[in-house]
Amino acid sequence: MEEQILITMRDITKTFPGVVALDHAQLTLRKGEIHALMGENGAGKSTIIKCLTGVYERDAGEIHMAGIEGNIFNHSTQEAQKIGIATVYQEVNLCPNLSVAENLFIGREPRTKLGMVDWKVMNRKARKIMDDLKIRLDVTNILENYSLAIQQMVAIARAVDMDCKVLILDEPTSSLDDTEVAKLFHLMRGLKKKGVGILFVTHFLEQVYEVCDRITVMRNGKFVNEYDVAELPRMQLVAAMLGKDFDDLATIKPEGASAAGGELVVEARNLSHKGTIKPFDFEIRKGEVVGVTGLLGSGRSEMVRCIYGVDRAQTGTEKMHGKDLKINAPIDSIKAGMGFLPDDRKADGCFAELSVRENIILALQARQGLFHTLPMAKQNELADQFIDLLQIKTPSRETPLSQLSGGNQQKVILARWLCTHPDFLILDEPTRGIDIGTKTEFQRLVLKFASEGMSIVFISSEIDEMLRTCSRMCVMRDGAKVGEIDGEMTQESVMAAIAGGEQQ
Amino acid sequence: MSGKDQLDRAKRGIDSNTLLLFITIALFVVMYAVGCIVYSGKGFAHVQTFLNLFITNAGLICVACGMTCVMLTGGIDISVGSLIAMDCMILAYGMGVKGYPSIPLLVFVLTVGIVFGFVQGFLVGYLQIQPFIVTMAGLFFARGMTAVICTDQISITEKANPTFYAWANAKIYLPAFLGYTNNRGKVQIPFIRPTVIIALVTVVVIFLLLKYTKFGRALYAVGGNETSAAMMGLNVKRTKLMAYVLSSFLCSIGGICYCLNTMSGSVQQAKGFEMDAIASAVIGGTLLTGGVGNVIGSLFGVQITGTIHTLVTTNGKLLSSWANIATAALLCFFIVLQSVFAYVKNRSK
Repeated sequence: MEEQILITMRDITKTFPGVVALDHAQLTLRKGEIHALMGENGAGKSTIIKCLTGVYERDAGEIHMAGIEGNIFNHSTQEAQKIGIATVYQEVNLCPNLSVAENLFIGREPRTKLGMVDWKVMNRKARKIMDDLKIRLDVTNILENYSLAIQQMVAIARAVDMDCKVLILDEPTSSLDDTEVAKLFHLMRGLKKKGVGILFVTHFLEQVYEVCDRITVMRNGKFVNEYDVAELPRMQLVAAMLGKDFDDLATIKPEGASAAGGELVVEARNLSHKGTIKPFDFEIRKGEVVGVTGLLGSGRSEMVRCIYGVDRAQTGTEKMHGKDLKINAPIDSIKAGMGFLPDDRKADGCFAELSVRENIILALQARQGLFHTLPMAKQNELADQFIDLLQIKTPSRETPLSQLSGGNQQKVILARWLCTHPDFLILDEPTRGIDIGTKTEFQRLVLKFASEGMSIVFISSEIDEMLRTCSRMCVMRDGAKVGEIDGEMTQESVMAAIAGGEQQ
Repeated sequence: MSGKDQLDRAKRGIDSNTLLLFITIALFVVMYAVGCIVYSGKGFAHVQTFLNLFITNAGLICVACGMTCVMLTGGIDISVGSLIAMDCMILAYGMGVKGYPSIPLLVFVLTVGIVFGFVQGFLVGYLQIQPFIVTMAGLFFARGMTAVICTDQISITEKANPTFYAWANAKIYLPAFLGYTNNRGKVQIPFIRPTVIIALVTVVVIFLLLKYTKFGRALYAVGGNETSAAMMGLNVKRTKLMAYVLSSFLCSIGGICYCLNTMSGSVQQAKGFEMDAIASAVIGGTLLTGGVGNVIGSLFGVQITGTIHTLVTTNGKLLSSWANIATAALLCFFIVLQSVFAYVKNRSK
């Protein structure tokens, strides 16, 4: 064991009902290093962090920290803070309505002899802290008057001032622009010199190569490997994150039906949404299946959300079947014949208390208008038809959606869109978190609908899955569409496109 | 404070919350000035009229202070009107019917307030029930309890309790030069009542509490972002509980002031008082979402609603309901103003 090691986590296991979130995962953090923790969705990054900071209690495994005897078990974030483990989240955990100084000191305010809060001392100390970190701001100003980057730095400053030895930054850069990121990195390098161990969670490859010393890659709740950044080419990193060992899926004919000559269904020019996706063009033909690939956070979902109009496009034009399309709200795109299966089904797609039948007919009902109720017989017929077609495993069509398994919930939401007979269907990570058998079924369904003339956008973190279904792929990186690939696609060519930049 | 900070401050100007407070104060001054000019013949410009605002609203000022504290945490307390009725009934029944002495009764009323607030605060803070529901239960309970104690209207007469009667009628005179000579040639020296002192002390104490104590700052933090407050090691549950205890305690102080004004207790007393308190706090710049506001604003909020009532009564010809309509218009004005500020702030980011 090196003496510089700050934290060792070994054999960490954590299960949630039905899911093994962490499976003997491990992590080593050294003094004065910036350590990237990388992995795709469901890799277990946040779970392992939460086990460290006491948000979750691990089922098994050991955590050791330099200077502390024995196995550490944090029961709350406060306990973790006491031994010097501080976390700064993407959504800043400070009070926006208080001044910068107060945010640094609340809960431990300097006080006068009378026990009153001593604002003078507090402001002076706060100014000193910010000056030391070379952040220029007025500590008496209210926090929400400052940009998110500054707010994050205040959060970091608070953590540092509370003598943290380990600083965890959970996707701090997702909503920052380039200059703000540069400021943050400057601060991180300063802390590194002081010997703080920084654990940096991010999706952005560029940033990892810019600021980190080591990388731990996780996949499916397991530890993949730890690398020195200098010795790890991008391609290898992407390969490690995505993994190549998922050939266990049943093979489907890898022929994404090519539809080169077909009629253009959707044509988007120069669409963008401020802060999420830079301007892009997109088109899709009748019967075509187009994939959108890129790492998580690269703008995959953001792009389709913009096309569908959940995030209203701020620039550009969109045409459907050659006619101009003005989307103010999703109801416009539904009426135009689009369907959208969002990636976060809990938040965006699922009405858990409603029955399977109600969930299925919802979009059709919305398109018809709320005053033209579908006859019950028709509703029942539709529900039964799709339960049968998609083989949804449910006790009955009146069962609340919450009682179904994840994969079946996903099918119900798919059915919701299918019964509106969309010309254009967007599937954002439809297969995440469902078992392999259902995944294969899903892919077959996608190909079947496409052969019947539907145009489909298919997004998945698993390249294999898209290779099997798509005839063309849009490549996303760092919030922009960087290109398209078609023709002969292989894992390697796709991964190279995703990694971009320096190639082997 | 260093020169740099002052410069920064000057540059950014006044932040929107302070601006709201200034608007409230300015509005009060303008309304009062207009009243002085239009109704100078009816005595509106007399110092006493101004002081009467405090005398009439002493109870409301105390209650609004408590309401502000609760609203800072993002909560609400709609039980205060009923609690005042119950307090008045306890005092009136105790003194007027049973003939108990005043000091123990006052202590009892304050204790009732603390216990009442503790129960509500426990339900809101520790059992995490919606404050609206909890205090609505409190509202029904207190109003019902008032009727259980006695359904009649009871007055506290001089005979029943001379001490209390003396307090109610005590006049604290201000310097004579502030007075005026009435048309019979007699000099009217302006005065206030003890309740005004109670109310103003309450405002000052709560102002200091909010600004200079850990508890006060915790109220703001909890209202700003509950999760963050907990993450930063504040005891959110206890802070909320204490806010409701404080609110009911101040409400009981307000109840005593109210009783000193009316010298009676009845089931129908102080109906809708909670809404007056909320309206005053909102006009004073307290956000219903929590985290923003202070008692100085609420004090002026009370005075503004009070001025409206005085203007309407001084006019004499207007239906008294016009005061309600004016209050409604003002409320809308302030709420729209708040959201306009919030919108501008978001836009400029």
